[in-house]
Amino acid sequence: MLSWTIYTSFLGAAVLLCLPTRSPQAARVTALGFAVAGGLFALCGSWGLENPGTFGVITRAEWVPSLGIEYFLGQDGISLTLVMLTGLASVAGVLFSWNIEHRTKEFFALYLALIGGVYGVFLSFDLFLLFVFYEIAIIPKYFLIAIWGSTRREYGAMKLALYSFVGSAMVLIGLIATYVKAGGHSFNLLELSKVPFPESFQLWVFPLVFVGFAILAGLWPFHTWAPTGHVAAPTAASMLLAGVVMKLGAYGAFRVAMTLFPLGVAAWRHEIGILATIGIVYGATVAMVQRDFKFVIGYSSVSHMGFVLLGLMTLNEIGVSGAVLQMFSHGIIASLLFAVVGRMVYERTHTRELMQLETMRLDRSMPFAAGTFVLAGLASMGMPGFSGFVAELKVLIGAWKAFPALALFSGIGVVIGVAYTLRAMQMAFYSGEASAAEIQPRPGLHVEASPPTMQSISIPERAGAVLLIAVALLVGLYPQCLLKWIIPSLHTPLFEGLFKA
Amino acid sequence: MRYADLLVTLIPEVVLTATVLAVLGLDLGWMRRRPIRARMWLGTVVTTLGCLAAACWVLGFQQATEIYNGMVVVNDLNRLVKLALLFLTVATAWISVGANFTEHVGEYFALLLLATIGMTFLVSTDHLLMIFISLELLSLSLYILTAFHKRQVQSAEAALKYFLFGGMAAAFLLFGLSLVYGLSGELRLEAIATVLGNGNPDPLLIAALVMVLIGFGFKVAAAPFHLWAPDTYQGAPIPSAALVASGSKVAGFFILGKVMMTGFKGAEGSVAFGGFAAGWVSIMAVLAILSVVLGNLAALAQSSVRRLLAYSAIAQAGYVLVGLMGGGAPAMASVLYYAITYAVTVLGTFGVVGWVQEATGREDIAAFAGLGRRAPLISFCMLIFLLSLAGIPPLAGFFGKFYLFTAAIQGDPGNVGMRWMMILAVAMSAVSLYYYLKVLKQIFVAEAPAEAAPWPDSSWHNTVLASLALAVVVLGCLPGLLLNKLLPAITALGF
Repeated sequence: MLSWTIYTSFLGAAVLLCLPTRSPQAARVTALGFAVAGGLFALCGSWGLENPGTFGVITRAEWVPSLGIEYFLGQDGISLTLVMLTGLASVAGVLFSWNIEHRTKEFFALYLALIGGVYGVFLSFDLFLLFVFYEIAIIPKYFLIAIWGSTRREYGAMKLALYSFVGSAMVLIGLIATYVKAGGHSFNLLELSKVPFPESFQLWVFPLVFVGFAILAGLWPFHTWAPTGHVAAPTAASMLLAGVVMKLGAYGAFRVAMTLFPLGVAAWRHEIGILATIGIVYGATVAMVQRDFKFVIGYSSVSHMGFVLLGLMTLNEIGVSGAVLQMFSHGIIASLLFAVVGRMVYERTHTRELMQLETMRLDRSMPFAAGTFVLAGLASMGMPGFSGFVAELKVLIGAWKAFPALALFSGIGVVIGVAYTLRAMQMAFYSGEASAAEIQPRPGLHVEASPPTMQSISIPERAGAVLLIAVALLVGLYPQCLLKWIIPSLHTPLFEGLFKA
Repeated sequence: MRYADLLVTLIPEVVLTATVLAVLGLDLGWMRRRPIRARMWLGTVVTTLGCLAAACWVLGFQQATEIYNGMVVVNDLNRLVKLALLFLTVATAWISVGANFTEHVGEYFALLLLATIGMTFLVSTDHLLMIFISLELLSLSLYILTAFHKRQVQSAEAALKYFLFGGMAAAFLLFGLSLVYGLSGELRLEAIATVLGNGNPDPLLIAALVMVLIGFGFKVAAAPFHLWAPDTYQGAPIPSAALVASGSKVAGFFILGKVMMTGFKGAEGSVAFGGFAAGWVSIMAVLAILSVVLGNLAALAQSSVRRLLAYSAIAQAGYVLVGLMGGGAPAMASVLYYAITYAVTVLGTFGVVGWVQEATGREDIAAFAGLGRRAPLISFCMLIFLLSLAGIPPLAGFFGKFYLFTAAIQGDPGNVGMRWMMILAVAMSAVSLYYYLKVLKQIFVAEAPAEAAPWPDSSWHNTVLASLALAVVVLGCLPGLLLNKLLPAITALGF
């Protein structure tokens, strides 16, 4: 049933493209239908599993037999976690793009194509298939940003596409080299992970593949696509970018690079750990001084993804499971933050400059947005009770065991995280005296057809926000619901070599 | 050996020649006073029928045989390649249906068919002389086809450049072949290999190899013998340019691979670090590196879509050469898979460009602005073609590239040099996404100019382009369709 998440999404994209009507409403409802169907398939599919923590085959068929390429979908707890995340983020993304009027059909078609690719990556256990889905996700991102984006959208879109493509070219080199080195019979991840690649080979292939994937996870210093891409993207696309696409990178780095090349990990983990920590501190520090509200969230994503990469490098159970949990948690929280900034605030005030938002007293005109942002901000800075707390705490404990010095610096990153979130919250919602009715946008700004009064937060927005907050709380209060999938998965044969090294 | 055998073996070519006469006769006799449009239709239909008849014979009746010491050879592999070439000719004829560049319709189709005959002979011989003669038949037809847009000075300029470079390359090729003959005393590829392939190539053989590779390098537009390509791609009438870029490339890569892999077996040389040895692989490595780098970088700076396609073709030739250097059956299969799918893709691309040129009178990137809203179907096809050229899965171009690079390093696992070649090629192909996206950005992101005339929709043209796009998607999703036929045929020949 899980494989239907992929098919539903691509089917939805095709149906939307062929939809005869030009009515945006029809497109929205269709897209929501397919996104919800995908999410339900994910939910029911994982519900029905007897043993969600262990590996299970979903579909397996020959694809290109002469090269040993298979159409091989499978799942373990880690893929389940991320598939659930994708389902949630995709539904929320449709809800938050309810106001798209320009070329609505195409917007949602590309959106669903992207989602389909993402589901595919999380469920593929054939390296070739995984790569195919991984690249399918690149092109819709480009068009989503370039057509429907805002600030410097063509630049941001091209930068994102090229960074992703360079990353995937690095992965492709590693993939071909690995395939040939292993004898050229199979791309099956389970089989390849048993092959003892010589250390000299792993020493160059591991960093290539890892960094190739990690570019998409925002690894410092290859993160620069992330803030510009997030800022340029339309709300739903930035939710997906931060929520799901960055996880593609982290997932690939973990599932492919780390499981196949344990000796490479052992050799390079300190260097990558240091880069991840720099990412945590740097992202947080830069977020501190941003003037654009969306850039604050963009850089915070870099910082939070640093925790994922750091957690992966700890190579102990608590750190790695924390990293996977952080992928889920950051996916939910970042989607929510981008939804507040991009949809609730920007679409109504037409500015994201914190200096201008400061004068507006948005907490009075949009109490719901302010409340949502407070909750999301608390979750983002790691307040107990929200998912971010558990995840980052686990990563920090893991890091303390593996590299104490880096754990210390990451702790500083958490503190700065509190500071920039509070600063943004304060400036955007709780300062200034003017009320909503008196908003006078400054002349010379990018203001088109400013609405006479601020519309109230619509029902789809409320629904999306409630959905995401509820999940963040659920996972924060009862992390076992995901950890009981994640931790057993780390003990499957796939990861044996990794933890031994 | 009787002449009757020769006739039976060559029935496909005979059918094509008869079609040449038929198309000339019908056009000059019966259709003389009709409008050009009707004459184009008739020419297309007759060409299609002729090619279909030849293809049916190749498919159904042609037996594997060999006559006159390898002068004409028929086997499973070259039957497949011939089918592909006939298909490409038909598609080329169809994308020219709406074209209006010449009054000499009969001659045009006759030359198209003559070029096809040249290609089919080229792929069905093991004999150096036959290779040279059929290559010349193909090239001469292509020169004239390039010059066919008589009202445009660019067309004549392109043809002249193409001809001068081509003549030079042919001279090099002939000189190289004569040196090979002088060294080995043989004209048949296998026989040459048994005489010369002792793993220790003569310096004179290296000189001959350089010359032969210059000749073929020109044919497949590999740098630094690519200078004719941008002008020809830009100046030639659309169907001529499409044929130069598709069918002639397939035939060229096939024969290049065959000559090198069977004729110069044992003279490979090596490009490994510290283990460099002269041979055809090491010479080809130079061409491959130059093509991949120069093609991709120069394409970045183009504003004309047709010149952009030319530089992208140079880069693609570089990828194919990288795959070829791997040697062995996988290399040959990957080269053929790539060349055929590339040819289909590039035909479709030229179809779209030609249609845009017809509608707007321009073919620079800006002419494509807003095409996505004005002609959604054609734009969608263009999306598929360009993404396939860029190597995005699940389109044919991705699997093709992947297979080429895999074959390149699979051929010789210990050969570290090939790995560097593969890394360079993949890295440069990452650059290529930028210029393809530049075109796609105009199509889908930019707004159409306000004064734009209504789009001249043609359902025939749409159907042709849509079927080419479908072929690219299907071959990309199910590469086995082609590979399962190619691989056994190649293995049977013992590459």
